Amino acid sequence: MSKRRTERLLSIVVLLLSSRRYLTAEQIRAAVIGYPEQDEAFKRMFERDKEELRDLGIPLETGRANPIDDEIGYRIRRQDYELPEIHLEPDEAAVLGIASRVWQSAELAGAAAGALLKLKAASLELDDGDDGAASSSWSRGIQPRLTTQEPAFGPLWEAVRDRRPVTFDHLASGRSEVTRRTLEPWGVVNRRGRWYVAGYDRARNAPRVFRMSRIAGPVRLAGPPGSVTVPDGTDVSELVKDWDRTPARDRTAVLRVREHAGVILRKWARETAPEPGQSGWDRITVSFADVGWYAEYLASFGPDLVVLDPPDLREALISRLKGCL
Amino acid sequence: MTTNQPRMVTSAERLRRLLALVPYVAARRAVGLAEAAETFGMTERELIDDLNLAWCVELKAPEPYCPIDLSYEDGEITISQAESIARPLRLAADEASALLVALRMLAEAGGGGSAVARLIAKIEAAAGAAGAPSSQVTVKIESPNVPGVSATLATALSAGRRVHLRHYAWRRDEETERDVDPMRLLVVEGRTYLEGWCRRAEGVRLFRLDRVLAVEVLDLPAEVPEEAEERDVDAGLFRPSDSDVRVELDLAPDARWIAESYPCESVTPLGEGWLRVVLRTPDTSLVRRLALRLGENARVASPAALAAEVREAAAAALALYE
Repeated sequence: MSKRRTERLLSIVVLLLSSRRYLTAEQIRAAVIGYPEQDEAFKRMFERDKEELRDLGIPLETGRANPIDDEIGYRIRRQDYELPEIHLEPDEAAVLGIASRVWQSAELAGAAAGALLKLKAASLELDDGDDGAASSSWSRGIQPRLTTQEPAFGPLWEAVRDRRPVTFDHLASGRSEVTRRTLEPWGVVNRRGRWYVAGYDRARNAPRVFRMSRIAGPVRLAGPPGSVTVPDGTDVSELVKDWDRTPARDRTAVLRVREHAGVILRKWARETAPEPGQSGWDRITVSFADVGWYAEYLASFGPDLVVLDPPDLREALISRLKGCL
Repeated sequence: MTTNQPRMVTSAERLRRLLALVPYVAARRAVGLAEAAETFGMTERELIDDLNLAWCVELKAPEPYCPIDLSYEDGEITISQAESIARPLRLAADEASALLVALRMLAEAGGGGSAVARLIAKIEAAAGAAGAPSSQVTVKIESPNVPGVSATLATALSAGRRVHLRHYAWRRDEETERDVDPMRLLVVEGRTYLEGWCRRAEGVRLFRLDRVLAVEVLDLPAEVPEEAEERDVDAGLFRPSDSDVRVELDLAPDARWIAESYPCESVTPLGEGWLRVVLRTPDTSLVRRLALRLGENARVASPAALAAEVREAAAAALALYE
């Protein structure tokens, strides 16, 4: 079944690529093996075939088959179909091999592999590039990996690519109830290993950023392709950066920390000195931004650390520790 | 991710493959069956089926005619006629974007040398409009805290030299020193890691670059033993082992981020926004530190000894304020 269909689709591609003129559905039917006798069945099958070819990215064009009547015909222009000439240097071929292994998610790992095959088909220089890369000095450089564990990634990428609005349920941080959002997505961003989508939130009438892992349930398309306009000058990674901003560390804390403990605190410390009269302890001066967050962080050091100053940080830490009792 | 099950290939996927396979063979004088099968990730049997399919394509009008002529014998394929499909199809939007995003990420990570920028330009030119959506995907990598750590390690890697690392072990709040024979640099989940043969642990270890306190390139060659295997990071960075302790941790809504930041064996809602997560850890000091940090927003449900340890640590810390 599938084999016949592939044969038929391949025949259409070859036929239309070879023809300069638009060919009518009937002309295609006459040339291609495998279409049914019955007209209605043929029409349905031909419609599905056209859709499948377009889904594969084959530029199937429609136009008037002849100047006399209005009958629609089809053609594939060679310059729209063919991958342009591309020549790669050996180091570029090696880098392409590394790049083709970056995506670990089903959605785009397959796409990267498909692209690599097309490029290999176009360029003999890639013959030892990909596998050779594993042993060449290039691969001993850095190897990035991108994963998309968030189920929302696939549909959101498609929405961004095709410029379509979406709706989804979102669970905000610290809440237990979801809210339904409608978003015109402008782009997706991976920051610190997490995926975000940024865009225009129709209900809030403003740009918004959502962490994909906080999207609950399915993402649904809410408009036709091309119906989202990304405003000029939009920088989605800046939007996410602002959303995820680390506040300025404009406050100072004085801590008493056991010798050998708080390694990471010492690394960021403004001052470190032995605590007078308290052997086994050091006094460390650090900068911090937010009392609540910093008290939480300091609590993880348990009995290896005492906050001396400021009082609000000291109180916040004490109440955090009391919560553990 | 890979399975040995026979794959179900849809007619569309098969057509996509054929439209690359035919030009791949046509562009080369002759291609080994085994080599082509490997390149396209299929068995030789599947490859022969695909070749037969292409060869059987026949147009019956205006004159009956077979546009593709090929042969395979003695383990070699040749295509003498491929007509209009002798060149591969253009890159689709997903394909172009997947490559361009990956290349830009590689450049952002500081890898690939001068070839990355040249390759990006070539792929953009070849992709045309299909490459445009890639600008809507951005990947930002956290830069290591110590300036130059990543560059120093890259130098050590390409020169094949051993390094001396001072490294911070967060879960025990400890600084460690060790000699490492570098194997590769990885960027996983937004963070950069060195994978190498640790001469202290005598095993392959991953070191987070933002926890490297200092690195020194030694005047010794890196000697990575034969048995050192690159970790399959694509299956996840943390792999539980049988000797790990199983910890049940209850989390308030404000502590939900734990479930997103640490690999959990299971996550079960408890009502009112609380979650119970099951973690496996080789070292319970990690969970002890987490529980202290989360205060009333978390409770160690089991093991009981760990719950007691958390309470004792909190009491000992509070005693310092009396």
